[in-house]
Amino acid sequence: MSVERVSVRRGLYQDSVTLMQLSRDVGASTGVTAALVAMATDLNLDVLTAMGFQVPADLDSANELLIAIRADSAAAADLGLARADELLAAPRRTPAAGAGSAPQPRTIGSLVRTSGSGLALISVPGQHAFTEAMDALESDCDVLIFSDNVSVQQEIDLKEVAAERGRLVMGPDCGTAVVGGIGLGFAHTLDAGPVGLVAASGTGAQQVLCLLDAAGVGITAALGVGGRDLSEAVAGRSSIAAIRMLDDDPATELILVVSKPPADAIGRQLRELAGQLRTPVQFALLGPGEPDLTAATEQALARLGRGVPSWPSWIADGRPARAGGALRGLFCGGTLCDEAMLIASAELGAVYSNTPLRSDWTLDESLRADGHYMIDFGDDALTRGRPHPMIDPSLRTRYLQAALDDARSAVILLDVVLGHGAHSDPVAELLPLVENSAVPVVVSVIGARRDPQSLNESASRLHRAGASAFTSNAAAARHALALIRKADA
Amino acid sequence: MSRLLEQAPQVLAAGVDLFAEAIEAQGTTVQRVEWRPPMTGCEADLARVMSDRRRVGANLEALQRIVSTDAELIDVLPAGEVLGLAGNDFLHAGPPIGWDRASGPLRGALLGAAALEGLVAEPKDAEALFASGTGYTLEPCHHHGAVGPMAGVISASMWVFVVADPATGRRTYCTLNEGLGKVLRYGAYGPEVLSRLRWMSDVLAPLLQTAVRARGPVDLRAILAQMVQMGDEAHNRNRAGTLMLLRELLPAMVESGAPSSQVAEAVRFVSANDHFFLNLAMPACKLTLDSARGIAGSTIVVAMARNGTDFGIQTAGTGDEWFTGPAQLAEGLFLGSYGPEDANPDIGDSAITETAGLGGFAMAAAPAIVRFVGGQVSDALNASRRMYEITIGEHPMYAIPILDFRGTPTGIDVTKVVRTQILPQINTGMAGKQAGVGQVGAGLVTPPAEVFPKALAALAHLVR
Repeated sequence: MSVERVSVRRGLYQDSVTLMQLSRDVGASTGVTAALVAMATDLNLDVLTAMGFQVPADLDSANELLIAIRADSAAAADLGLARADELLAAPRRTPAAGAGSAPQPRTIGSLVRTSGSGLALISVPGQHAFTEAMDALESDCDVLIFSDNVSVQQEIDLKEVAAERGRLVMGPDCGTAVVGGIGLGFAHTLDAGPVGLVAASGTGAQQVLCLLDAAGVGITAALGVGGRDLSEAVAGRSSIAAIRMLDDDPATELILVVSKPPADAIGRQLRELAGQLRTPVQFALLGPGEPDLTAATEQALARLGRGVPSWPSWIADGRPARAGGALRGLFCGGTLCDEAMLIASAELGAVYSNTPLRSDWTLDESLRADGHYMIDFGDDALTRGRPHPMIDPSLRTRYLQAALDDARSAVILLDVVLGHGAHSDPVAELLPLVENSAVPVVVSVIGARRDPQSLNESASRLHRAGASAFTSNAAAARHALALIRKADA
Repeated sequence: MSRLLEQAPQVLAAGVDLFAEAIEAQGTTVQRVEWRPPMTGCEADLARVMSDRRRVGANLEALQRIVSTDAELIDVLPAGEVLGLAGNDFLHAGPPIGWDRASGPLRGALLGAAALEGLVAEPKDAEALFASGTGYTLEPCHHHGAVGPMAGVISASMWVFVVADPATGRRTYCTLNEGLGKVLRYGAYGPEVLSRLRWMSDVLAPLLQTAVRARGPVDLRAILAQMVQMGDEAHNRNRAGTLMLLRELLPAMVESGAPSSQVAEAVRFVSANDHFFLNLAMPACKLTLDSARGIAGSTIVVAMARNGTDFGIQTAGTGDEWFTGPAQLAEGLFLGSYGPEDANPDIGDSAITETAGLGGFAMAAAPAIVRFVGGQVSDALNASRRMYEITIGEHPMYAIPILDFRGTPTGIDVTKVVRTQILPQINTGMAGKQAGVGQVGAGLVTPPAEVFPKALAALAHLVR
């Protein structure tokens, strides 16, 4: 029989990523069938209820920590609880302050007072990000906000203060940046070279950077600006600042702006600005009628007088697509999802999505449809209260299983994003599913040659499991379309 | 302009460890913040106040005024004369309160003061007067430019120190310190308490007045700066400060023409009372903090004060409004057989010293104080270090030797308290909760956490 323990701990705070790892460890204890270790936020209480646990009556704040365990015996439940407490009590990476050392600073402002200013990397929960970022700007830092769920008005406020203080705000929701050779957020190890990137799209920038890397071309910097920067409201404030910084940088020979199509007025303004600079600016604006990211990268290479290599791919010659079925794309990268939808809808028509190209193509909350669909698991609505799918792909894996079980699926299209910050081996979780798939699985693998996960190994393992792998996301999408065309011919 | 592209940046990280670890895996050092969520329910108010474009400038202005305002002892005068108090006007410590909610020590001090002013023959007889609610006034010291330790009761015949800012002529006031144990400010009102107060008004205060007037203004901040380097934190320890004051005034006292027996009695009284200087540290702190009042947009705390029932704070940006919560019980050591059950909740205006960057904030300068809670020297160092997390600057005059002469943490920022959940550390005496008992101990205490979200909400409301 099943035994449940739900316990509350006060005065303990851990970030959600740490707690997810901890939940997994506790869940793996002998005899434990379900475990949740989480801060008592509304969202986590919903999760608790959904897991069939009772919400404890003595909760009085979201700052309390919950431990819920279901086990097949009382002894196993108690051991699980003890394991959770043991892991919570385990020393954090930072050593405790002794008599001679100062307590760890609690705010960026306080840290700057002792360490000096620099680049502040903010990845606190979204509702707190504005406060930390403003503090960092006031302390004369440049700021990279990884957090999402920051309001447009707050974004504008931050970028206005940054402009006054001559600082750059990257983000919010800035997934990737490379500065001084250091990869920040989801990032890659890249050579120094002539291209300076301004990116309003995280995984779009990662695609371009990895293709440049495959072509042997390095970068001066990749400056993320946040997905909303080129909207009418935010008015390209960070893009303009980043473009000017790169123009002032003598090592940058070409500025490449990667974004969704900007608001009309902002696009005009950017082109006007580009005309006044010493450094040429090329736009890679992913949208209807625009070149895809691979084509835009090829244009940039041509402009630099560099050759275009054949982009590496590992093509499976096995399973045919299911005739009369639909294309199913499951993505961790938002821009990769967008690009695949643009390519697919040009041929297939409606592609349903949680981030649709047209509002009448919106997927309902079940995230399922009879026709073609593609899901962006990195969208704000799906990351609230849980880590990004590039860190923890388990949600995508669940939906992948469902898509594989669905007899209407013709071809499955996936992305795998490698690099710093991402899961240490994102391919591993996919392999058993790929092996047992009745339909073709096509994967775009976004990685640079020196990424810790090994691009070549990751792609080869997928290939051996029966998938086709591409370093160009556009090529992967086109391959999937070709398989459908062939099956339906 | 940003130098982001000119050199590899120093990376500072707040949030999930994962990204910092990913950067460290690339061989780059990351400085981390031990971030935790702010006080519950404050996100929206915090964001609103953080978005206030006046805030940074307003706070710098507040800090600048606080650290640059001079404070000089210029005179000693009867409270009735200088504060315009009639025999039935009483001032008290902390935010406003009536007799009905007044704690034991405040009631005790009021009873004693009523007898001192001759309103009643015996202190006990004054209970009916105070309970009636008419025929007297009862207002906070802070509303009259004054501060009072513990119960903080000031009545017309008590004498007060007059402390002035020479640049503006602004003044603050505080009574003369009676010593420890059974004293009025701790709520005692026995015959020995009243006869001591009469002697202070009849002999000590006039002698000090003559001495101060003959010597000229005494620079109190110069004494504060020195005493912090001599093991005092100017709240629970004022030993060096008291002796330095005596050093300044003694020649003039001797030359005053008063009988040598009176001079000797006065000197004996002052030098036997290690807390004598507290009543000068307090008005000096208030004078500097008052200079920062009324700066729109500033989130700096300009007063922390307790009346034995409520703990209240005021900020530079919210005018005269008090933000209050229940006064807490101090943790510490007790006199004789007294224990925690005998102690009254936190009381007195003396937290003005912490507000100005002294007291608990200068704890590292006075390691002896941590013995009040059985702590170690490292606790004293860390207490001060922790206070840097909630203040916007360091006092250029008050340097802590053991922290490499770092200035004391100064300028408590409401937003930082709410963000870090670190509460100001206050060193304090403890009064007995029964009227008439007097002092029962001394220890450490914090404000009730809720006063800071309340102040933050008011600040957020004022953001345009």
